[in-house]
Amino acid sequence: MDMNAYLSMFIDESNDHLQSLNENLLRLESEPEELSIVQSIFRSAHTLKGMSATMGYEDLASLTHEMENVLDLVRNSKLQMDSFIFDTLFKGLDALEAMVQDIVGGGTGKADVTTIISSLQIILKSDYAADNVSKAPAAAKVPAASSSASGEMLLDEFQSSILLQSIEGGHSVYHVQISIRESCLLKAVRAYMVFDLLERNGEIIKSNPSAQDIEQDKFDFSFSVFTICRLTQDELRDQLTNISEIESAVVTLLDAESVAVLSTSYAAASAEVMDTPSTSIIKEEKAPEVIHDKGKSASAAPAASTASTTPAAQGQSANVSRTIRVDIERLDTLMNLFSELLIDRVRLEQLSSEIKRTDLTETVEHMTRVSSDLQSIVLKLRMVPVDSVFNRFPRMIRDLAKSLDKKIDLVITGADTELDRTVIDEIGDPLVHLLRNSVDHGIETVDERIAAGKPEVGTINLRAYHSGNHVFIEVEEDGRGIHHERVLKTAIKNGVVTEEQAKGLTDDEINMLIFAAGFSTADKISDISGRGVGLDVVRTKISSLGGNVTINSAYGKGTKFSVQLPLTLSIISAMLIKLGSEKYAIPLTSIVETGIIRKEQILNVHGNQMVEFRNTIIPLVSLSRVLDSPDFNENDEQETEIVVVRKGEKWAAVMVDEFIGQSEIVLKTLGKYLTNVKAISGATILGDGYVALIIDPNALIK
Amino acid sequence: MGEELKVIVFALGNEEYGIEVDKVRTIERLSPITRVPKTAAFIKGVINLRGLVVPVIDLRGRFNLSETTTTENSRIIVVAVEDLEVGFIVDSANDVIDIDTDTIDLPPEIVGGIKAKYLRGIAKLGEGRLLIMLNLSEVLNKNEIIQLEQLEV
Repeated sequence: MDMNAYLSMFIDESNDHLQSLNENLLRLESEPEELSIVQSIFRSAHTLKGMSATMGYEDLASLTHEMENVLDLVRNSKLQMDSFIFDTLFKGLDALEAMVQDIVGGGTGKADVTTIISSLQIILKSDYAADNVSKAPAAAKVPAASSSASGEMLLDEFQSSILLQSIEGGHSVYHVQISIRESCLLKAVRAYMVFDLLERNGEIIKSNPSAQDIEQDKFDFSFSVFTICRLTQDELRDQLTNISEIESAVVTLLDAESVAVLSTSYAAASAEVMDTPSTSIIKEEKAPEVIHDKGKSASAAPAASTASTTPAAQGQSANVSRTIRVDIERLDTLMNLFSELLIDRVRLEQLSSEIKRTDLTETVEHMTRVSSDLQSIVLKLRMVPVDSVFNRFPRMIRDLAKSLDKKIDLVITGADTELDRTVIDEIGDPLVHLLRNSVDHGIETVDERIAAGKPEVGTINLRAYHSGNHVFIEVEEDGRGIHHERVLKTAIKNGVVTEEQAKGLTDDEINMLIFAAGFSTADKISDISGRGVGLDVVRTKISSLGGNVTINSAYGKGTKFSVQLPLTLSIISAMLIKLGSEKYAIPLTSIVETGIIRKEQILNVHGNQMVEFRNTIIPLVSLSRVLDSPDFNENDEQETEIVVVRKGEKWAAVMVDEFIGQSEIVLKTLGKYLTNVKAISGATILGDGYVALIIDPNALIK
Repeated sequence: MGEELKVIVFALGNEEYGIEVDKVRTIERLSPITRVPKTAAFIKGVINLRGLVVPVIDLRGRFNLSETTTTENSRIIVVAVEDLEVGFIVDSANDVIDIDTDTIDLPPEIVGGIKAKYLRGIAKLGEGRLLIMLNLSEVLNKNEIIQLEQLEV
């Protein structure tokens, strides 16, 4: 089978499962009693295990298997989650993610997972002890029969304590050795039938080889099992030999003494990692006799996991939303094709208005409506909920808070807000920076918070919402807030501003200083943030996406970072203008309004041209000078059309020759050869096939 | 015998130049060029190449030679080198020939005012015809343009 064909599917799906594991574990951490969460965690883990085993990623499969074992105990209320278990599971998840990433990068997905596996096994074993203590008293009293045991299969102390207590409790403990006929083709199936039989009549304590190996067909034609069973020795033997293709079944009754012998020799046999006793379901035991046998055995895992596969599969198919995965490149192609259609549409509109034939106009109008609908659908196709970025944050905050010994609650709202795929891909890192900054510098330690009279758990609100053509993402915490004097002192020390400049700064401007390059107020440099490289990178990244970031802060109360992002980067509304023979587009989002001014309205302030607009004086920008227009000069005109544009709070009036009108334009880059052209953010193709450049209003405002 | 090389022959002024066929995406008639302000003088602007915006440069201007005026025969040769796609304005483009790589000599220091690093070599076509083979990755070297722009500022 060509695995490559399935590789991308495997990667996609394992990422999904890892994500849901992460989310659900976090949820479980806050609501440890909610067993339904454990169910879904278990299902994800189980599917992941199956997939990785199929794809031949054995480390991935074995680690998932161990995690699944632990989860199974939790699911069956046999194990109480505690912080150690959570940490181990999270570590396991990290290792899984690393392996999947390795596979994505073309690696083999191999990793050393033995430490995590052994911690998981420790959890499993200690559970057995706890579990046993609670169950044993309930067991009925039956006299123990005795027989000698001399198995090469040894028991660890938990297994032996279970066996001992069962014997004390009057149950029959057997050692069963099964040999399957060598002609048997599906020996794992036969093994499963044996387990199934034993499961129905009691409980399997240990198997050799391990359940996992048997499940994967990794055993010779024999195996052995320690089991607590309600059947008599003979009944058990008869039933086992009745299973077809079973060569022989040797059933030996065990007594307390022999169990003790087996477990001591185990202790002596050093701490070699033993195959895990998988998590069988303990049933109420009724049968009176205890028998024992020796040899090799198999455990309950195949039975348990096979049993759980079916409900898991059903549960999933019910939950699957009706979606298909599409390569992002195909969407981009669709977008490109559509934008060409849009260009033709505009051309057709022009032609039909020239030709003035009613039926042509009607057809074109209809086409216009259809293509507008098409446009909104094509755009929606590229929209992804911000959740796909947000979903990794709860985990990150949890880990950060733990490592800094702070208590932090992350409240996410508006995770279903949608943003263009290209923006989503880019916004993750800046948000990580902002959040890390909030955890490290914003939220105080528990002691500080109590001293300040705040609740000991700090809150970080991560909000996303739509507003007009923009999406806002806010990171707000109730931490210490920005200390203006300290910021100023550092800024002066690091040469970001001079002392003179510092005096004239408003509070907002001081806040913005923390975005300056080479600025850091952290007294000591930590792993998390404080190298002073984070926040200026954040601002650069966000402005490269066409957005901006602002800060609100109250000292002692908290800080709010507000990131404004454009909804989409591919199709925008723009105002087309003329500058002599040239046409340009100005994005509508940054236009405040348009107007006409007369020459005498232009004021000269310090040699700069200004104009009064709505009771404020704003700078006047000559577009023809900025763009070196070859055939237009506004000084020749008595009246000039102006476009008032804004960048954040700042406004400016841009003088143009003529307005053409408003239009939906498709953003195109100038190509890789022309990068960083001043005042130009891209190009678009007009209805007549000409290329018009898109003006970047931010570059016009200083 | 060296390898056979298919090249597109185009004229710039009085010289004939060659570009390997596999580097050429398309040859177009002149279409309206949109000027891009604040760029080097040899960058003539951008054109609409079937929905794609492609920058166009004047090769002679790129080599610091006097630029020729465009005529009926002028063409835009769009080349793709690595991830760059750029159009060259040339005086005419009307031939595809096979040349033997053995006939390509290393260029002398300066050919018609063009620095040797922009050239891959000179191919002798016989009958006294010489074909100047361009080294496209050097011609499209962006670092140099950035330096040029800084000089102009």
